[in-house]
Amino acid sequence: MFLNKKKRKPVSKKMELPSGVTYGQTVAKVLKYLNRYRWLFFFSLLLAVAVVALTLYLPILIGDAIDLAVGKGKVDFDGILSILVEIAVIAAVTGILQWVMNVCNNKIAFGIVRKLRQDAFEKIQTLPLSYIDNHPVGDTVSRVITDVDQFSDGLIMGFSQFFTSLLTIVGTIGFMLSINPTITAVVVLVTPLSLFVAAYIAKKTFNLFKEQSEIRACQTSYIDEMIGNHKVVAAFSQEENAINTFDEINVKLEKCSLKALFYSSLTNPCTRFVNNLVYAGVAFAGALICIASGQTALTVGALSSLLNYANQYTKPFNEISGVVTELQNALACVSRLFELIDAESQIPDSEDAHELSWDEVDGKVAIDNVSFSYTKDKELIKDFNLSIEKGQRVAIVGPTGCGKTTVINLLMRFYDVDSGKITVSGYDIKNLTRASLRKSYGMVLQDTWLKTGTVRDNIAMGKPDATDDEIIAAAKQAHAHSFIRRLPEGYGTRIGEDGGQLSQGQKQLLCIARVILCLPPMLILDEATSSIDTRTEMKIQNAFATMMKGRTSFIVAHRLSTIKEADIILVMKDGKIIEKGNHEELISRQGFYCDLWNSQFQTVEDNKQE
Amino acid sequence: MKYLLKYLGKYKLESFFAPFFKLLEACFDLIVPIVVKSIIDVGIANGDNAYVVKSCILLVALGVVGLVCAVTAQYFAARAAVGSVTGIRHELFSHLQRLSYTETDSIGTSSMITRMTSDINQVQTGINMTLRLFLRSPIIVFGAMIMAFTINARSALTFTVLVPVLAIIVFGIILAGIPLYRKVQSKLDRVTAITRENLSGTRVIRAFNKEDDEIREFDEANKEHTSVQNFTGKITALMNPLTYVCVNLGIVALIYVAAPDIDNGSMTQGELVAMYNYMSQILVELVKLANTIFTVTKAVACGNRIQAVLDTPAGMEIKRNAEKTGADCGINCPAVEFKNVSLKYRSAGAQTLSGIDFSVKPGMTVGIIGGTGAGKTSLVNMIPRFYDATQGEVRVFGKNVNGYELKELRKLIGIVPQKAVLFKGTIRSNLKWGKEDATDEEMWKALEIAQARDFVEQKDGKLDAEVKQNGRNFSGGQRQRLCIARALVSRAPILIFDDSSSALDYATDARLRRALASLDYSPTVFIISQRTSSISHADMIIVLEDGEFVGKGSHEELLESCPVYKEIYDSQFMGATR
Repeated sequence: MFLNKKKRKPVSKKMELPSGVTYGQTVAKVLKYLNRYRWLFFFSLLLAVAVVALTLYLPILIGDAIDLAVGKGKVDFDGILSILVEIAVIAAVTGILQWVMNVCNNKIAFGIVRKLRQDAFEKIQTLPLSYIDNHPVGDTVSRVITDVDQFSDGLIMGFSQFFTSLLTIVGTIGFMLSINPTITAVVVLVTPLSLFVAAYIAKKTFNLFKEQSEIRACQTSYIDEMIGNHKVVAAFSQEENAINTFDEINVKLEKCSLKALFYSSLTNPCTRFVNNLVYAGVAFAGALICIASGQTALTVGALSSLLNYANQYTKPFNEISGVVTELQNALACVSRLFELIDAESQIPDSEDAHELSWDEVDGKVAIDNVSFSYTKDKELIKDFNLSIEKGQRVAIVGPTGCGKTTVINLLMRFYDVDSGKITVSGYDIKNLTRASLRKSYGMVLQDTWLKTGTVRDNIAMGKPDATDDEIIAAAKQAHAHSFIRRLPEGYGTRIGEDGGQLSQGQKQLLCIARVILCLPPMLILDEATSSIDTRTEMKIQNAFATMMKGRTSFIVAHRLSTIKEADIILVMKDGKIIEKGNHEELISRQGFYCDLWNSQFQTVEDNKQE
Repeated sequence: MKYLLKYLGKYKLESFFAPFFKLLEACFDLIVPIVVKSIIDVGIANGDNAYVVKSCILLVALGVVGLVCAVTAQYFAARAAVGSVTGIRHELFSHLQRLSYTETDSIGTSSMITRMTSDINQVQTGINMTLRLFLRSPIIVFGAMIMAFTINARSALTFTVLVPVLAIIVFGIILAGIPLYRKVQSKLDRVTAITRENLSGTRVIRAFNKEDDEIREFDEANKEHTSVQNFTGKITALMNPLTYVCVNLGIVALIYVAAPDIDNGSMTQGELVAMYNYMSQILVELVKLANTIFTVTKAVACGNRIQAVLDTPAGMEIKRNAEKTGADCGINCPAVEFKNVSLKYRSAGAQTLSGIDFSVKPGMTVGIIGGTGAGKTSLVNMIPRFYDATQGEVRVFGKNVNGYELKELRKLIGIVPQKAVLFKGTIRSNLKWGKEDATDEEMWKALEIAQARDFVEQKDGKLDAEVKQNGRNFSGGQRQRLCIARALVSRAPILIFDDSSSALDYATDARLRRALASLDYSPTVFIISQRTSSISHADMIIVLEDGEFVGKGSHEELLESCPVYKEIYDSQFMGATR
């Protein structure tokens, strides 16, 4: 019943989640996760029934006990004692059952949450790069962490309150009916008032809350901007202006928050007032019935039980209205996670995909009639042909943002070509396992990413079983050894998130050492030395030269001197390959490359003229 | 808590009236059982219908008064909470704005943003809850106990046992729960960190085929988080059942103690019912209290974190009486002078700069070159006093930088930071950062020198073209040129370019340099670069390595005398000469 109700209620309201899926669809998915815990869940439901029944039964017992102590000389001590023992035992049992129920609920909720996160994380590993490139990291992280947390809170609340509240309402009505139908009628008729009041307030405050969260979002993004770039703000002495603008938003927020907070906090006093009315009503009707019937139709003890019920009865109503909002919120949150989990994965490696071994890699790479674009409406690479022999060096040049990385995305199969094919050692890369294809390239990217962990772990990433000597040798070759040695704990120094205290250049040296250590048969160096000063770079170039000997390599750089030696130079502009050839050919063509090449000498010539 | 109280202090009336009206409401709640008692003992016992009617009207009246009190209390609580938090938010933001670079570095951007947003919201909820509920619950608990004593002292003794036992349970579980919740949070932080790291490193992870290792690592952290969560849940889930059992045992004791009194006539049945009602009220309040207490402790933790930030001293000390050696030396006085300067960052082990000594005449162009981490940026950052020298002194126009008002000092300097940052607004609003009252003409001039005129002219609205947050609707090179223009608008006598042509191609870079050389006034210019071509024209070139001077002089001199410089030069031009 509980599940049906949960499902039916929102759907009947035709409420839609932000993503456009209905609550029903989301609930169905949640139920699939719940299925693993179905027995525990039923057990918890049974416990809830028992707990509610016992909780409601206690006031009757207490009423009975009170009825055995009517007045002077009219006290049945033996009767009272046996009831008291019964009360104590039932209270203890209820307490234990309640605890077990809570623990079960936690186990279910936390278990589901864990599985959700696990699925989400595993999903991320198979998502196409296009998804990851197009979704801000913060957004995905907040889906996996914050949204799931919200969901877990809602789920626990739903388990612990929704069901027990419903049961309590039904149970209370039942027990009250068994004591006195007239008074029950009074309670049942007045209570809906509190629901009505709560709903009215919720409706009124909804817009205020919406406004508040809009102002808050605006303030947060201002904070983000001004605090995140505080150094620039300080450099231009703009602190006072920033504070003034901030205060403007702050005052707006204050006004709106005050209203939202005040109106929303009216719910409790108002429902409590209705509760008090119910209480007075029960006392009134009860007392009159007691008097009229001379305590036969209703005893004082029974009346006190009824009063107790009247108190308990309105509480679940308030709770349910709270839980419904919470559940709506929880479903909205989890549906954001499902968006991630249900996102389309990259096409998996086919069953018979070939496992490319290093021995097979002969360094021949052919790009055959390839077309590619990130979005349908903007064509980037069209009918691109290139054949690379073993050990050749391919350089890709062009202004910033011209799409040099696109070629690498295709080679590494981070993105799949739209048409045509790329072959490595004669194999179409689509017929290779991604893992073996990527393993045959050593890659250093401009974006220097390091893992939280020690320096050693990071260098050994591609070869976890490397010995210390090998690691140090690789670090020396990458000219990273000297700075690593100066770190507080040398190779055992832990690197924080995103490289922590290391400078951009140092991070890049580590990334280079990482590739030097495992040294695959082909290389991709994407602006690999962009953050390293030219002097160190020159030293590294020597290391690169040794590395590149006999290895097919792809080099992206904007420092032209580093690519002059390349066998093939691809010149890119606005995402397209506009020129192709070696240095001499391109210079003699007097085209875009030639302009680029000349521009770097201008000052030298200027200086000479002076 | 100190600042919190300071701001709450501004809302003294509100902070007083909120709990006060709550107290009134609670009192009216506490009268209810007495009225019910009299209904039983007088109305029912005597069969007096009129008395019952009167009493029930009284109950409704109590409800109405209670409602009025509660609404008033909520209003004052909301005002106090929202008002004081608005104040704290202002104070915190102003404080963060005034922090020096050193403090900004040590607190960290993301934690500053968390303080400003979620922590502060948490505090608001906390204040509101405290004023509304936190005080109400103890009042009801103790009030109920006192009322019980007024009814029957002997039976009320059961309350004196029950209340402390309940207090021990509630506070015991809370005390046990807080560190556990903290542990849960830290485990969750780990899960967050792994997720974030994984997303930002997707390419590398896939290139190294590390997906499975990542999943394993995540599973482990996830599992740990869940198990700590379950354990914590087991402890905190004890709260409601335990208090429930205790209160019911209390009721058992109450009836047991009261029964002989009723039998000998010293207590009525109605009085027993009243006392039973008080016990039930205690239970209801305890459940509410338990729910609020976690909110409040969370708020206190957040408040303390905010406090810690507010306690870091803001800004830098200004030595007004700093000696002004040669303050009247006018044009002859060096624009910038470093006297045996050393710099060590607070968290760093070794010195970043040591023994830096040079002097720059007004109008000179200074190039600074050196390897990664050689201290180039650190050096120029000391001129606008972003960091203080740990040794030696930095002088600008003859006066020690710590003798200037920061604003006054920074007005003398136009800086183009390494990272090209623009702010949400328009091109105009960004350029105005350099000079508040800049005219259109001045802006266009700056844009022209910065090689930005062309693309700004092509934008819709030109100077009023929209700039999105972080300038993300401009390319890297465009952003950098706008940042250069921003620094040029003010026509500051000192200009600093911190590797600011890195996103520009060689041709644009060269044009920019020519334009700078033809400025109609002669500022002192500092250029940091990795390219010798960008600084070879400078009057003086400073070559840094590992925070120390390894060369100083003109391009030609250094090629002769400084092996490091020659190496850098060769690395860029070897094989490039045609």
